[in-house]
Amino acid sequence: DDKLLSEPLGHPDYFNVKELFSLKDLFDARVHLGHKKGCRHRFMEPYIFGCRLDQDIIDLDQTMQHLQLALNFTAHIAYRKGIILFISRKRQFCHLVESTARECGEYAHTRYWQGGLLTNAHIQFGSGVRLPDLIIFLSSLNNVFEPHVAIRDAAKMNIPTVGVVDTNCNPCLITYPIPGNDDSPTAMELYCKLFKMAIIRAKDKRKQSEVFDELQ
Amino acid sequence: LRLIYTTTAVQRKSVGASGPEKYTEAFIKKQIEEFNLGKRHLANMMGEDPETFTQEDIDRAIAYLFPSGLFDKQARPMMKHPTEIFPEQRKIQWGEDGRPFHFLFYTGKQSYYSLMHETYEKVLNVQKHQDQLTDQDQPSQKEKKNLAGSRWLTKIELEEMLLEKLSDNDYLRFIQLLQKLVTLPCGDIEEKYIQKFSKEVPAQLQKVVIEPLKYNEQGVAFSTGEGMRKTARATAVVYDNGTGKVTVNGIDILHYFPVLQDREQLLFPFQFLDRVGKHDMVCTVSGGGRSAQAGAIRLASAKALRSFVTEKEVEFMRQAGLLTVDPRVKERKKPGQEGARRKFTWKKR
Repeated sequence: DDKLLSEPLGHPDYFNVKELFSLKDLFDARVHLGHKKGCRHRFMEPYIFGCRLDQDIIDLDQTMQHLQLALNFTAHIAYRKGIILFISRKRQFCHLVESTARECGEYAHTRYWQGGLLTNAHIQFGSGVRLPDLIIFLSSLNNVFEPHVAIRDAAKMNIPTVGVVDTNCNPCLITYPIPGNDDSPTAMELYCKLFKMAIIRAKDKRKQSEVFDELQ
Repeated sequence: LRLIYTTTAVQRKSVGASGPEKYTEAFIKKQIEEFNLGKRHLANMMGEDPETFTQEDIDRAIAYLFPSGLFDKQARPMMKHPTEIFPEQRKIQWGEDGRPFHFLFYTGKQSYYSLMHETYEKVLNVQKHQDQLTDQDQPSQKEKKNLAGSRWLTKIELEEMLLEKLSDNDYLRFIQLLQKLVTLPCGDIEEKYIQKFSKEVPAQLQKVVIEPLKYNEQGVAFSTGEGMRKTARATAVVYDNGTGKVTVNGIDILHYFPVLQDREQLLFPFQFLDRVGKHDMVCTVSGGGRSAQAGAIRLASAKALRSFVTEKEVEFMRQAGLLTVDPRVKERKKPGQEGARRKFTWKKR
């Protein structure tokens, strides 16, 4: 059992998430497009490649690295049977995100965030509730263009976060930020597909390893 | 440092109040077994067959064995199946390893949001279907469903269905989504799904049936009517081809109602229909006072006259107020006041 959990941690890319996406895929899905210069957040400046006709362009090389780290981390969490919560407050993609979560076997929250969901969970849900072990933000702003409350709450409850940060978002409290576009439908579909594949791969690998161990 | 001697009660930590009592499955099962046993005992006590002892028999037996004069029916002793007494509750939402069962568990209102998710999926399906039809250049079907005979579920019914509390905004949003689904051209595909959330409105107001004329042995047409006013109850039989003679409880109206006002009340329906000397009337009346009995007979005779008269004139009578029961009854006296409205004399000092 210990070997089962410690073996994946030795490899840099145990689940081979690099092959899930390429730079061309990101470019075709318009992940590099950011908001206008006026919406730029100060802390996103390191991730921005440049500015054309007032529109920010995100550096896809950095996005590739961050995305690889984030997918690897998600896969490890899924391998260790952790609870993953998808959050996105974009109304356009609410249905997409919920279907993705349902198909993975994980959880989603694309609705109004009630104040004490993470911090007051034992009173809101019941006494033996288990909180999520990873929170994935497919859009880290809420409907009023402010940082989502769950970023702060996850930091309070020591829950690691993975988040797609656009040029107007604050990447500070997110453990694995992924600079990229969160407004285009193609970009969102790409992210959902990548996360789903990573999680399913990790779960299958876990089942295989368990079966392997039982046979021995 | 001195030792402070305190009781164990003080040392106990204060625990917050838990929510409404949660019934475990084992508890409810035990209650059901006890109920079935009790049902058989009751049947034996009443001397009836335990196998065919229905809920109505149980209710009658309990009402017989434990008579109660309490006004509130819910406060009287009752014996019902535990599923009716203990409200349906949500069981624990997560498994042994802690993972919740439902994928929307962390939203808080999982059933409501999963319902919204499903409904939105149906909307998307319908739109896709519509796009396919337009691609194949087929005209979209337009069969309007009859919305007049159905209504959506109320908020309380939806809450019972989902076992969750809803807010007014949530309910409104859901109804708007359903209406959007219905108004789309190809909404007929999802009719089964929509029927789950619509209820049929019962038929319109019962139309008052006007009884046809009856004929007695001499071949004279007559009809009956009933009327009430305050505590007086009256029945009137109006005969055709009459002279305008009216008998009340076997006594002529001149002797029964010495006051002109009461006789005018009796006359009013006939005067309204211009049939003053054409009908005979025999009535029986009990209860109430002088004026109440007069009003009761007036209503009874007006109801009886409906059979003799055209529908238009019936409508005129209804608009004149001849066919409406007067709802005014004696108002009760309240404590702290001398009568229903009169207060005790107010003294400044």
